[in-house]
Amino acid sequence: MKKSIAKNFLALDYEAIVMGVSAGGFQALTILLPCLPKNFSLPVLIVQHTIPNADDFFPGYLSQKAHVPVRHAVDKEPVMPGIVYLAPPDYHLMVEYDRTLSLSVDDPVNFARPSIDVLFETAAAVYGPHLVGVILTGASADGSLGLKAVKDAGGLAIVQHPRTAEVDFMPKSAIRTVEVDAILPLKAIGKMLARLAD
Amino acid sequence: MEITAETEHIEIRLLLEAIYLKYGYDFRSYAEASISRRIKRNMRLNGCPHISELQHRILHDARAFQQLMTDLSVSVTEMFRNPDFYQSLRQQIVPGLLQIPFVKIWCAGCASGEEVYSLAILLKEEGVTQQLQIYATDINESALQIAEKGIYPLDKVKEYTSNYHRINGRGDFVDYYTALYDNAVMRSGLKRNITFAHHNMVTDGSFGEMNLILCRNVMIYFNRDLQNRVFQLFCDSLIPGGFLCLGSRETIQYANCANQFDPVNVHEKIYRKKFPCPGL
Ligand SMILES: C[S@@+](CC[C@H](N)C(=O)[O-])C[C@H]1O[C@@H](n2cnc3c(N)ncnc32)[C@H](O)[C@@H]1O
Repeated sequence: MKKSIAKNFLALDYEAIVMGVSAGGFQALTILLPCLPKNFSLPVLIVQHTIPNADDFFPGYLSQKAHVPVRHAVDKEPVMPGIVYLAPPDYHLMVEYDRTLSLSVDDPVNFARPSIDVLFETAAAVYGPHLVGVILTGASADGSLGLKAVKDAGGLAIVQHPRTAEVDFMPKSAIRTVEVDAILPLKAIGKMLARLAD
Repeated sequence: MEITAETEHIEIRLLLEAIYLKYGYDFRSYAEASISRRIKRNMRLNGCPHISELQHRILHDARAFQQLMTDLSVSVTEMFRNPDFYQSLRQQIVPGLLQIPFVKIWCAGCASGEEVYSLAILLKEEGVTQQLQIYATDINESALQIAEKGIYPLDKVKEYTSNYHRINGRGDFVDYYTALYDNAVMRSGLKRNITFAHHNMVTDGSFGEMNLILCRNVMIYFNRDLQNRVFQLFCDSLIPGGFLCLGSRETIQYANCANQFDPVNVHEKIYRKKFPCPGL
């Protein structure tokens, strides 16, 4: 069943993946990102809720574990395939109409800066149906409306199976808000993304 | 679906053009994603189904424009944001300032003033009090009014006090304000050296002969082209050897005038304008 869903979507060409993760994110990304192959052809934009003064340790660590480069997004840089961009701590990450990235210190949304909703909504406006949205573990409702925006724009909505999530609040909230396309454990999400990018 | 995104992009361009032609405020080279979120929020509050209706509205109703203007220039700021930056300012810039008889500083995009009071406190503690003139500018009038009064909610001040401890402030933060009901009123001694003024970096000219310019978390709201122009404005406003400080995620490296600056602290985004080469 899940396979066939994935197959149908293969016909569409996706241009980017947005991902939101909160409590439990360190573990989750350490499992998920290494599932992406070396030649992974899509950009991955991630908002992870962190403390405002977190340093660069996390992207460096993930970069070592994954087969693709992982780093903090730089203001106004073009979105490049095969790179995993993390929102820098204390800044919202957004996608511009010309497919560059931009940052802001606007007020927190859902008590969060960076906010998942902000990334997802701006990305959905730019990529429309060519976007994949992924919500992982977390204790926040942030991301639910963002995922809905992805779906409303014709994109694909994937959520981590709540039973496999370290904290199930965020996946459950997303599933309640959006008619999602797939509910999967982390590694299966990784495989699905790898196939979608093929 | 894609058509919607494209239509919206067109509507935003038209709205910003309309604002510029009618009211002279130039947001046309701002990064669109953030401004479009603000426009859409204002649009919903106004009950306009599309941006085009909002455009009609603001062209014919100056009050509606004022409201949009307020929403467009929401100023988010705090005191001693990024404590590490203030430590570097103290260690890498203050010693040089102490050598100068008359110090001129420009805090560009000062919002409601929290940043400029943080700076004034630090300079006071380090003894940079000789002849000191700080110009604090912004386009947001209501933010500037708050800045001039220097009145902030007490519950915020709690957070600022812990930031102050993290920069290893030499005094007691309570000595810099008077509590009045739920507010903290900044001591007037701090304001003595500060001039608050309306200045638009996009359309207004340079400020001369600065020793230090702080422009933090403003450039991220501009596109690369406008960033480039504003960096040139700063370059023109600094004396040789003057310092430029940006927000922690901003950089001068893509600007045309980048080669006229030396990095002083790459991590804290502190740059110094080069001295002219003697042979040239
Ligand atoms: C996010 S706040 C930054 C405040 C402060 N510098 C800080 O880092 O905490 C951005 C400020 O830039 C101001 N601003 C935006 N465009 C401007 C322009 N063209 N000229 C002057 N100020 C501008 C806004 O009104 C706002 O107050």
